[in-house]
Amino acid sequence: MRWSWLPLVLFMGASAVAFTAHAAAMPEFHLALQNHKFEPATLKVPANTKFKVLVTNHNPTPSEFESTDFNREKIVLPNSTIAVFIGPLDKGTYKFYDDFDHATTGVLVVE
Amino acid sequence: MLGIALLVFREVLEAALIVTVVAAATRGVPRRRVFIGGGIALGVLGASIVALCMGFIEGSLGGIGQEVFEAVVLLTAVVMIGWHVTWMASHGKEMVQHMQQVTDSVKAGSSSVVVLLVVVALAVMREGSEIVLFLFGMAAGGANEAGFLAGVPVGLAGGVGVGFALYFGLLRIPIRYFFSATNWMLVILASGLASSAAGFLLQANLLPAWGNQLWNTSWLLTDGSIVGQAVHILTGYEARPAGMQLVFWAVTFIALVVGMRMVSRRMATQHRQRAARPKASVRTVPAA
Repeated sequence: MRWSWLPLVLFMGASAVAFTAHAAAMPEFHLALQNHKFEPATLKVPANTKFKVLVTNHNPTPSEFESTDFNREKIVLPNSTIAVFIGPLDKGTYKFYDDFDHATTGVLVVE
Repeated sequence: MLGIALLVFREVLEAALIVTVVAAATRGVPRRRVFIGGGIALGVLGASIVALCMGFIEGSLGGIGQEVFEAVVLLTAVVMIGWHVTWMASHGKEMVQHMQQVTDSVKAGSSSVVVLLVVVALAVMREGSEIVLFLFGMAAGGANEAGFLAGVPVGLAGGVGVGFALYFGLLRIPIRYFFSATNWMLVILASGLASSAAGFLLQANLLPAWGNQLWNTSWLLTDGSIVGQAVHILTGYEARPAGMQLVFWAVTFIALVVGMRMVSRRMATQHRQRAARPKASVRTVPAA
């Protein structure tokens, strides 16, 4: 039974290699966490494209960049930057927030 | 205070639900309280270490360390649960028959309980590390002491309380069906964890999505709600799943079900062969 996993693992490895090769041409967007606000609070991104968001935390406390609308969660320590791959998404608005401080929110506008 | 209580509650709830299913699945196994308690203690220790090392984890593997770490932790739990449910397929019936008396076969259950100890420890570690980081941030940010002293215990008690409620609910299942019920819960739980692992690998761009958001059932149950979160932990439910997550869910589910079937069929043939032979020959037949 354990060997039945092997093709899947090989397949995953192969797709991983294939996909990192594509990553270079991906659009990038920046978000900053400052004074417990997202800057910008509204981020415009293209529809039906995978993109990368770089989140920099300028606060002295850790945060978690999270969204249930586009299923992402990642911790951002103070004075550091994380990269999150998102999409491709359909047109619309998608909320995101700091899971450690739900008053800190922002919106992804996909158009 | 409410913010602290709510965050602690949400994170504790996720770990508590997993611990509850494990606790139910190991019903009747001797010393399981020690194993489960030990798992929780190891998990708390692990959570503190993970929180301390978060800077290293975050920066490793070219920035995708967090995702890979989460995926590895989740998939390890999946393998451990898979081990346990296939073991149960060979011993579950004996456990039901000998529920009242501690027999050798039930004692043998301890080896499988060690495997579930790891599952408990990993669940507590994953969710606990977020609590540690959050509380550290609150303390550094100058949150007032009263908020801490009230919020942390309230959140903790709430999460643990829901866990106990589920546990006593499960105990109401008639003993004949009990272990098959907890086994199915473990299979579905493991499938959900595999799906979450896929989610992290997508976030790190290590896998193709195969349809990023295949459908949207957030009108029915949102991931953000507490019920949605509980259902997510127990089944892997997501309002907008990616195709790859469904693949991980289905592959895990099918692998575990097929594994359980194969083991229980082999056990059944062994029992039949043993029963067919005269007793004396069992001891004297040399190994072929």
